Amino acid sequence: MKTLDFLFQRLVKAVLVVIGVVILNFLLIHLAPGDPAAVLAGEAGAGDEKFIAQLRAQFGLDQPLHWQLWTYLKGVLSGDLGFSYRNQVPVSRLILDRLPATLLLTASAFVFSLALGIVLGVAAAYRRGSVADSVVMTGALVFYATPLFWVALMAVLVFSIHLDWLPPFDMETIGAGYTGWARAADIAEHLVLPTVTLGMFFTAIYTRLTRASMLEVMGLDFVKTARAKGVPKGRIVRRHVLRNAILPVFTFASVQAGQLVGGAVLTETVFAWPGIGRLMFDALMQRDYPVLLGVFLVTATVVVIVNLVTDLLYRIVDPRIEAAG
Amino acid sequence: MTFLRRFAHNYGALVGLAILLVVVAVAILAPVFFPSSPWESAGVPLLGPLEDPQFPLGTDMLGRDIAAGLAYGARVSLLIGVVSTAVAVVIGVSIGALAGFHGGRIDDLLMRFTEFFQTIPALAMAIVLVAIFNPSIVSITLAIAVVSWPPVARLVRGEFLSLRSREFVQAAIVVGQTGPRIMLTQILPNAVSPIIVTASLMVATAILTESSLSFLGLGDRNMMSWGFMIGAARTMLREAWWMSVFPGVAILLTVLAINLIGEGLNDALNPHLRGRRG
Repeated sequence: MKTLDFLFQRLVKAVLVVIGVVILNFLLIHLAPGDPAAVLAGEAGAGDEKFIAQLRAQFGLDQPLHWQLWTYLKGVLSGDLGFSYRNQVPVSRLILDRLPATLLLTASAFVFSLALGIVLGVAAAYRRGSVADSVVMTGALVFYATPLFWVALMAVLVFSIHLDWLPPFDMETIGAGYTGWARAADIAEHLVLPTVTLGMFFTAIYTRLTRASMLEVMGLDFVKTARAKGVPKGRIVRRHVLRNAILPVFTFASVQAGQLVGGAVLTETVFAWPGIGRLMFDALMQRDYPVLLGVFLVTATVVVIVNLVTDLLYRIVDPRIEAAG
Repeated sequence: MTFLRRFAHNYGALVGLAILLVVVAVAILAPVFFPSSPWESAGVPLLGPLEDPQFPLGTDMLGRDIAAGLAYGARVSLLIGVVSTAVAVVIGVSIGALAGFHGGRIDDLLMRFTEFFQTIPALAMAIVLVAIFNPSIVSITLAIAVVSWPPVARLVRGEFLSLRSREFVQAAIVVGQTGPRIMLTQILPNAVSPIIVTASLMVATAILTESSLSFLGLGDRNMMSWGFMIGAARTMLREAWWMSVFPGVAILLTVLAINLIGEGLNDALNPHLRGRRG
């Protein structure tokens, strides 16, 4: 029962955030310098009188503002994200085509960074004060301070241009016509550099977080008890400490979903990865505002959904959270 | 005194401070070292580093001096980093203080508002804001401020919530001080150190965000910035590695320095929290 209540509350909150973003988009269209119709048309469409007139009618731009907002909200919530004059297709079509590539990239970067970050963090905490600890923590500090897009370029410079190990651009070899497993392997090969690039920044965060969390738990009484009982150190770390230390890391990881999306925009831009991040960059270059606003809304929505799902997963994984409310 | 001593004992923080001082000096002295505009073609295009002693870091495809670009870029990075953080702190402190001091429905409302901004992907929102309002130093600074205030608001709210029930605040209420006066003169001074720590780390994030924006072509057209230089170097990666390597190192060192200082401040100002931060 309580879980149902919680689910309902979280769902309402999630929907409110999405509606909030739609309203924000609406405000931006109207606050932007110049004619709202021109913004809705994008730079390419602004010269086409017929298209502008059609937009005026569609969005009721001669109606009072609250009416326009209502029209806009209705449109967006029924899946109409506007029309990209530049590409001559609905914005929602463009985004849906590109979404899988972004999900693949962000998911693999997420798994990569979380796994590597936890391993490095545990190792650093286990050998606190050692040379390995210093090396790992210095590395984390450096990657935490490095701009993602620059890491991407450096990765291309070293691993594609100089060493020629990995392909620098696109998601698969164009014109190769691979199918089945061969195609999957081809995509995987293209996925390596973007994943590692996008993941390194987050690896740095998770490493530091895991180490700090581990050290905190290691100082607790029950760990001393286990040690006094003569439980081997490796077992203490795996069984006693890690299990308790990992929850804050997961919590933080879910909060990072938004940042991961932001990182994807930069990574996809450098690697010409055909996702919505790259789409956002192209829209920027072409001043294609409907696409820009559409991508913004969709990324926010994806983040809201990710947060919602992790919240629910927590309640299933750790019953203590329910008590904490 | 104890604060300074604790800070000085932190080796990393001192290194950070030294690096930052160099960057600040370069930013201030940019017009002295490089009197002509960093946009001007100064020499032969695509000179490698050390090929010509006049251009120790080389030139780009239009013959612009990379070193001059770095020096002027430092100005933009530091300026936007500091100003946008200041704006974000003002927004965050105002909202957090009101929420924490009043509690109840005001708190609820303001915190929902804060959560909303925290949920939205920050970089995506900054991109949209700058694109719609046209890239300029003002729009970039404000956009970064708009996406970075929520952590401050949450922090300040927490501090205000816990401080407002303390005796000295109760005493001020009994004496008849007004709400705003209590917030500004009684509670805020007691919440300053965590705000300073958070703000210092925010400057680093702001510099990274600014560089990302200008890399994506959303920089101020009149100001040379590190992100722009890397963006321009993208197509020349194969021919001229120095065009992208040096500006990246500049960003990395500056952000690293500020992070180190922030951690040093954290240890020095909140010794009881030592090691709690990730």
